[in-house]
Amino acid sequence: MTDHELQLKAIALRRAMLQLIYNAGAGHTGGGLSCMDILNVLYNRVLNVSPQTFTSPTRDRYVQSKGHCVEALYAVLADRGFFPASDLDTVCHYQSHYVGHPTRHIPGIEMNTGALGHGLPICIGMALAAKMDGTKFRAFTLLGDGELAEGSNWEAGLAAAHYQLDNLTAILDHNTLQITGHTRDVMSNEPLDEKWRSFGWEVRNINGHDYAALTQALTEPSGSGKPVFVIANTVKGKGVSFMENVAKWHHGVPSEAELKQALADLDATEAKLKEAK
Amino acid sequence: MSAPAPSMLTPAAKATAEKLGLKMGRANLEEFAATLEELAKANPNIVAVTSDSRGSGKLAPFGKALPKQIVEVGIAEQNLVGITAGLAACGKKSFGVSPSCFLTARSLEQIKNDVCYSDVPAVLVGISSGTSYGALGTTHHSLHDLAVLRAINNLSIIVPADNFESRQAILAAAKATKPVFVRFGKAAMYGLHKPETKFEVGKAITLRDGNDVAFIANGETVVHAVLAAAQLTEKGIQARVLSVHTVKPLDTEAILKAGRECKAVITVEEHMVHGGLGEAVASTLLQAGVAKPFRIVGIPDEETVPGAQADIFRHYGISMEGLTATATKLLK
Repeated sequence: MTDHELQLKAIALRRAMLQLIYNAGAGHTGGGLSCMDILNVLYNRVLNVSPQTFTSPTRDRYVQSKGHCVEALYAVLADRGFFPASDLDTVCHYQSHYVGHPTRHIPGIEMNTGALGHGLPICIGMALAAKMDGTKFRAFTLLGDGELAEGSNWEAGLAAAHYQLDNLTAILDHNTLQITGHTRDVMSNEPLDEKWRSFGWEVRNINGHDYAALTQALTEPSGSGKPVFVIANTVKGKGVSFMENVAKWHHGVPSEAELKQALADLDATEAKLKEAK
Repeated sequence: MSAPAPSMLTPAAKATAEKLGLKMGRANLEEFAATLEELAKANPNIVAVTSDSRGSGKLAPFGKALPKQIVEVGIAEQNLVGITAGLAACGKKSFGVSPSCFLTARSLEQIKNDVCYSDVPAVLVGISSGTSYGALGTTHHSLHDLAVLRAINNLSIIVPADNFESRQAILAAAKATKPVFVRFGKAAMYGLHKPETKFEVGKAITLRDGNDVAFIANGETVVHAVLAAAQLTEKGIQARVLSVHTVKPLDTEAILKAGRECKAVITVEEHMVHGGLGEAVASTLLQAGVAKPFRIVGIPDEETVPGAQADIFRHYGISMEGLTATATKLLK
């Protein structure tokens, strides 16, 4: 799939995500939009996993540590055929396994996450298992800005470097906002590149909406024997003009009129993309 | 020079143990470590994960013999449980080994989500549990662990009484396809079982029969119940002793049988009286309409008395003498 095709797919995925959040009456809209391009590249270009190979011991593992953005993951997994898209009509409904955070009840999901600061330690266990067995699979996790205040990430930061887990990639969805506002105001964590580098990681600082940059950062093997930390600079609410960089869309649910406006924004972007082609 | 550890048993209790033919074994923790090493030598898929705890977990020989099957995470219990879960999710039979006080408090959320909710077949081993660390104080005691873990879905909780139960618990945990928590103390324990005894997770073992009073106990307290039962015989009181090594799933059948057949029930545990074995037994009995004179012997809801484990046990009546007195009083 070309970058252009993936960009068009991202429009469809954002549409599906917004629609399912609207239908569910709940969801994490801003962060879902900010990490959608990352997930799109992971599942359509990087991860060695498919509905057919999901039970293979050698599949790549993806653990979404920022589990609250599960709606983006649901949209991507449905698109990849892990389950019928119609399942998404049941998100957050009584007796539906499609709850507001990832669970292993859903085909394609590796671990139950949602409490923050859990994905990185789990992925260390996975990456260690691969090393012990001499298998080549890679482990990926997606972290949020606010999540980095959880101390368990830093425990894991030490351990991954200690064990030289070059088969582990942590991706930060660096949209710089969290539920209360700017991360720099809530609990400042910069300079993140220096911090992770000093912990013994190979740091890649990229535009998290640039398909070529994402592809390179997520596919290129660690050249240093170190785990890779990708700082994907993103925009919270990306793709919907009135949601971009607005903290209240962290878990804001669009009204009918807002959904219409958001979809119109995406239609306009799609038309421009098609024209550019 | 450190003060010698006080004996767990008074001279009278020791004499009773001798009369019963009980033989002193090693610490349950040592039995665990030896069993795990034996299993891991035969199965390279077994991995131990430690948090600077291989010494206190008696796993230093394991680490020397099987360096590729042990993962050290440093003093980082949250990381320990997450890594243990990740290993288990990728097909490893992982044992996360850390002092129970830290494992079940600091990393409770990882136990709940990464292991139990995610349903990976990891084994969590709480070492030096209960008051094993004695005079090191409350920071190092785990008197809450069973209460918090009982409130988490999808976890078997095992509290072995002696070396036999410890070995059997590890053999069972190694085969389990679901999450398991096992708790081990570090005092040398008397052997309480005949070698032919059948061990099954979730099934209590009757160590002594009697219909006057039932001692329903687990872990390092069981021996005291056995000795008290022997003492009570001399007073014409026949005591039943159940070793309820599995707190969850609880053997409600054996508990209800004991409640229905005995005149009184006493539970004994190395845990706070809230949320542990005692309240689990009380709930089982009451919900079945079995109301008998009942006492929970454990650590009360107060700042635990300073002292070695033996001092703490005696202070709170977890001793042959204390349990004999509790039973006598309850039956009056």
